[in-house]
Amino acid sequence: MSLDVDIRHRQGAFTLQACFRSEGRLTALFGQSGSGKTTLVNTIGGLVRPSEGRIVVNGRVLVDTRVGTFVPKHRRRVGYVFQEGRLFPHLNVRQNLLFGRWFTPRAERRASFDGIVGLLGIGHLLTRQPSTLSGGEKQRVAIGRALLTDPQLLLMDEPLASLDEARKAEIYPYIERLRDEGDVPIVLVSHSVSEIARLATSIVVLSDGRVKASGPAADILTHASLFPHAERLEVGALIDTHVLRHEDVYDLTTLQAKAGILTVPRLDLPVGAPLRVRLRARDIMLSLKAPEGLSALNVLPGTIFGIDAPDGAGVDVAVDCAGDRLVARLTRKSVEGLGLAPGLPVHAVIKSIAFDPEVLVQAPRNGG
Amino acid sequence: MSDWLSPEEWTAVRLSLKVALTAMAASVVPGIAVALLLERGRFWGRQALDVLVHLPLVLPPVVVGYALLLGFGRRGPIGAFLADHLGIVLSFRWTGAALACAVMGFPLLVRAVRLSIEAVDRKLEDAAGTLGAHPVWVFLVVTLPLILPGILAGMVLSFAKAMGEFGATITFVSNIPGETQTIPSAIYTLTQVPGGEGGALRLTLVSVAISVGALWVSEWMARRVRRRLLAR
Repeated sequence: MSLDVDIRHRQGAFTLQACFRSEGRLTALFGQSGSGKTTLVNTIGGLVRPSEGRIVVNGRVLVDTRVGTFVPKHRRRVGYVFQEGRLFPHLNVRQNLLFGRWFTPRAERRASFDGIVGLLGIGHLLTRQPSTLSGGEKQRVAIGRALLTDPQLLLMDEPLASLDEARKAEIYPYIERLRDEGDVPIVLVSHSVSEIARLATSIVVLSDGRVKASGPAADILTHASLFPHAERLEVGALIDTHVLRHEDVYDLTTLQAKAGILTVPRLDLPVGAPLRVRLRARDIMLSLKAPEGLSALNVLPGTIFGIDAPDGAGVDVAVDCAGDRLVARLTRKSVEGLGLAPGLPVHAVIKSIAFDPEVLVQAPRNGG
Repeated sequence: MSDWLSPEEWTAVRLSLKVALTAMAASVVPGIAVALLLERGRFWGRQALDVLVHLPLVLPPVVVGYALLLGFGRRGPIGAFLADHLGIVLSFRWTGAALACAVMGFPLLVRAVRLSIEAVDRKLEDAAGTLGAHPVWVFLVVTLPLILPGILAGMVLSFAKAMGEFGATITFVSNIPGETQTIPSAIYTLTQVPGGEGGALRLTLVSVAISVGALWVSEWMARRVRRRLLAR
């Protein structure tokens, strides 16, 4: 899968200028409201015609203003899951699901109706009218409806924004399954760091209509300065681990990462299961010596390889622990007091209790 | 029952129904098209079309009837063309009465359909487009079902207007029993002759019954459509 976007679009006083390339299974477009992310997906989906530029999906040119190419939305084969679901109120769930299939060329109908209905857990809703569904159910039907058109790309514009935390938690696993088991690459619009940290394999950060950064999720998420202040607390390193063993006596589970061993609250996963762990920068302390007499269970030795420019009282310090890159958010005072500098060996200390369920997520099957 | 009304009165009732149903049926498709043009179209002369469609609503009906006579009469430019090339004669025929009724009811039909088009969530049409539906299909399977209540309401208004139309009809096609004498014309004639009060009253009651019936049918259909759109 590849997505190449290089467009300029003027809308009143606002200019969107976006140039990036993504090959991830799930590319997150991150930005605050007004950053242009919805306009950007609308140009990919064909709802907005960009003033100039080029959009190519898997080698297929959808837009190229220089040669006058503009594939209309009904011929793009790009599925679109909208923020508000947009189910057809005059059709029941089954008819909504089959709506797009009817317009898909017979030879290209590969998605199995029963398979998708099963994957999304909506089999019991088929005869209901959309007005009787909950917000989470509506979004699952909207995802199914888009998938049943056998799209070459699936766009999701903040599909969970209107849902509460419980409903979000209900849908995340389905999106993870689509990412890992489906063969449709996904572009997800989001303004939540915890959401993209959980779901994304690649991230494009948008701000005021410009691309601030793009790249693999694990790289982008270590740079707090790319994210708005309110979201910086959520920023941190993503490291891939697998379950090593369970310590049932203490209700703990041990994870093996390249950096070493992490001890976390007991997980209901088999030994060997892959797990992606987000180590939030605010949950990590640095120590010059191997700490003794400390209650924290997770201590990872490493070497400082970078110190970001200070941001108020805080500074982000990047630490390489045997190939896993962690980021610790410290005060400027501590950095100066300890004399931290690139190349200095340190010990990263993480409290086990920092591993709430939100930071322990299913690892994308093909890696980030 | 059949001797409750005189044969002449029955003829007027049957003719009125025929004229009104024809007028309604003939204006539905053009009415939807014009409503779409006015609501969605961006073209030069949109304002002028809007005024033209609404003229019958504000002009005296006699003026509309006279304009039809000028345009569609035997010697009128359109009327002469239709008569010479297609053999269609409208003046002093029941078809002319249907045309007069259709023209008078047209603004009511267009307004009702327009309001329902305005209420359609265009985001649903966008969604249908991303699902692969060509714009024509989007209109047929998304927009049209969603504006159905407005179309039904407009049809009933058009029918009711046609049942009551008098001024334009009598000016354009006169008052010929059995050919162009609809219920209102018949009532008018009956009130002009001695001893006609009984017949006028009977036709008035028939007129009220038909109008109430039409309203009831439209309410019933609109409720069914709404129930399908909302919870079941």
